[in-house]
Amino acid sequence: MKRRTLLTAAAASALALSVAVPGFAQDPVKVGFIYVGPKNDGGWSQHHHEAAMVMAEHFGDAVELVEQESVPEGPDAERVMTQMALSGADIIFTTSFGYMDQTINVAGKFPDVKFEHATGYKTAPNVGVYSARFYEGRAIEGYLAGHMTKSNKIGYIGSFPIPEVIRGINSSFLHAKKENPDVEMSVVWLNTWFDPAKEADAAQAMIDQGIDVVLQHTDSTAPQITAQKAGNVYTFGQAADMAEFGPMPRISSIIDEWAPYYIERVQAVMDGTWESDMTWDGIGAGMVGIGEISSAVPDDVKAGAEALRDAISAGEYHPFTGPINKQDGSVWLAEGEVADDGTLAGMNFYIEGLTGEIPQ
Amino acid sequence: MDFGGINPVILLASLMVASTPILLAALGEMVTEKSGVLNLGVEGMMIFGAVCGFIAAIETQSPAIGFVAAAIGGAALSMLFGLLTQIFLTTQVPAGLALTLLGTGLASLLGQNYQGMSPPRLPDMNIPLLEDIPVIGPVIFQHDAIVYLSLIMVVVVWAFLKFTRAGLILRAVGENHAAAHALGYKVKAVRFAAIGFGGAMAGLGGAYISLVRVPQWTDGITAGIGWIALAIVVFASWRAGRVLIGAYLFGGITVLQLNLQAAGAKVPVELLSMSPFLATILVLVVISARRHGASNAPAMLGRIFHTS
Repeated sequence: MKRRTLLTAAAASALALSVAVPGFAQDPVKVGFIYVGPKNDGGWSQHHHEAAMVMAEHFGDAVELVEQESVPEGPDAERVMTQMALSGADIIFTTSFGYMDQTINVAGKFPDVKFEHATGYKTAPNVGVYSARFYEGRAIEGYLAGHMTKSNKIGYIGSFPIPEVIRGINSSFLHAKKENPDVEMSVVWLNTWFDPAKEADAAQAMIDQGIDVVLQHTDSTAPQITAQKAGNVYTFGQAADMAEFGPMPRISSIIDEWAPYYIERVQAVMDGTWESDMTWDGIGAGMVGIGEISSAVPDDVKAGAEALRDAISAGEYHPFTGPINKQDGSVWLAEGEVADDGTLAGMNFYIEGLTGEIPQ
Repeated sequence: MDFGGINPVILLASLMVASTPILLAALGEMVTEKSGVLNLGVEGMMIFGAVCGFIAAIETQSPAIGFVAAAIGGAALSMLFGLLTQIFLTTQVPAGLALTLLGTGLASLLGQNYQGMSPPRLPDMNIPLLEDIPVIGPVIFQHDAIVYLSLIMVVVVWAFLKFTRAGLILRAVGENHAAAHALGYKVKAVRFAAIGFGGAMAGLGGAYISLVRVPQWTDGITAGIGWIALAIVVFASWRAGRVLIGAYLFGGITVLQLNLQAAGAKVPVELLSMSPFLATILVLVVISARRHGASNAPAMLGRIFHTS
């Protein structure tokens, strides 16, 4: 082929392309993600990262993904967000509770950039929040824990004493107690989302004291390994399925399903229809997934747990349905009363039967 | 025999496991500092050792080879620090900090494909006869080889520094490198050896976390233990016996506070969480204040040695 014809052909095809797909001339939407842990932590951050990848794949060249992992909650987060906003991000997802105030601060400085903060409760015209109703999944874990424990002692590895974690403790304890009135729950606070050595030590301390079901609200798989070593201890996958630890010790899991939400919100930015809102979806909307209940669980218990899951999913049953008393014995919810979202969002009290105090 | 749901024998036994990484790293750093070199890169060498040990143990399915690889890895990284500070005469503090940053990053890179794998288990090595002694048996004589090694190393390091000629030379280099040089001792060679030993011990400590205590590889697995080890060396005023006390105190209270929480003790969690740090600092300050008013630090600690 002569050079001239080659050039002509190239020009013609370029012209054809630009006519056929005018959208390609546009800059891609720049989407930023900030993670609190490494993006391969096996739990929370990894799941956000994977959802971000699904979103990026869905849009192909139309989005440009920027990620920053292991960003500490605090001033560093503000620096990272500012950097992302300055480098032209159109929407930034900040995926940990502790980024709340920083997100609001940075959003004030960049009114044209959209922010989405996970699990928080503060909004602004350009800050939306999103979270999942993990307490629905915790109810199922509690149900299983109540049935599976032989020592009637359940442990809960808590991260930070924030409403999201306290909801999980209350919900799991409530449903364990419903199935097994003798059950006791110990809570250990670690003040970290991710510290495998500490999580392993906490799980070991619990197991040493005869606890045989360990729930975790921290992100690493270290408690699973500790339980595996100990033998007769049951655990649940947190944020990710952690199926590699099944059928023992992991007997089920709560899986976060962020991808549909990310796709929806990025699409809204593209269409120019993005608005600040508060999204709080659960099992029904598909934001909380329940991992397969393993073969270590007897069939009738498994069926009961699945029935509970389906009832919650269909909206027939709310995990916080009265009568429920607060820890001090005062009435929180009367018979048949259902908790409202406002109280749940700011939950800072234990329900009756839990011992210990919430660090303030 | 339980106290509020806590079995003291099990508690003491898990204390030894939790303290071993700190003990190993702190002992190594103590020897390095005794030669007059302040290596702030303990955290970096630990995590690098942790990942080297983990990869080697996975690939060969042998925990023993894993630990050897961890020691070599930690020592190799420390040689970089030695090169910078002893040959190129850079200041030790930033070089050590850089070593931590480098080690953390390098470990994260190497460990990419080893997430979520389970290493072969290091078997417990119960000592015959001794393990049957009530209370002391289960606490001290039913552990894995590395726990025993860490205890033996305390004695070895102590005896080496106190009784051997080589130990005396090492201390001389740390107290007055110019005089040691004038006497014909090879200051740089001695310091290289001490730095290497420190690196190997830090690597072993790191591998104990990734192969025994957790056992798994994730980024940031050492979570600041290296810094604790550094602090313990200072508070222990550079004595092997006190390093042991410091490490066990810190590890012990870490384990105890988790046990207390799990047992539902009515103590504020914030207080429990900071108790390992508080208690360790307090006790070590008190014991070192009694005998020597002044600091016991090697006189040449952190100083650059010019041969001219």
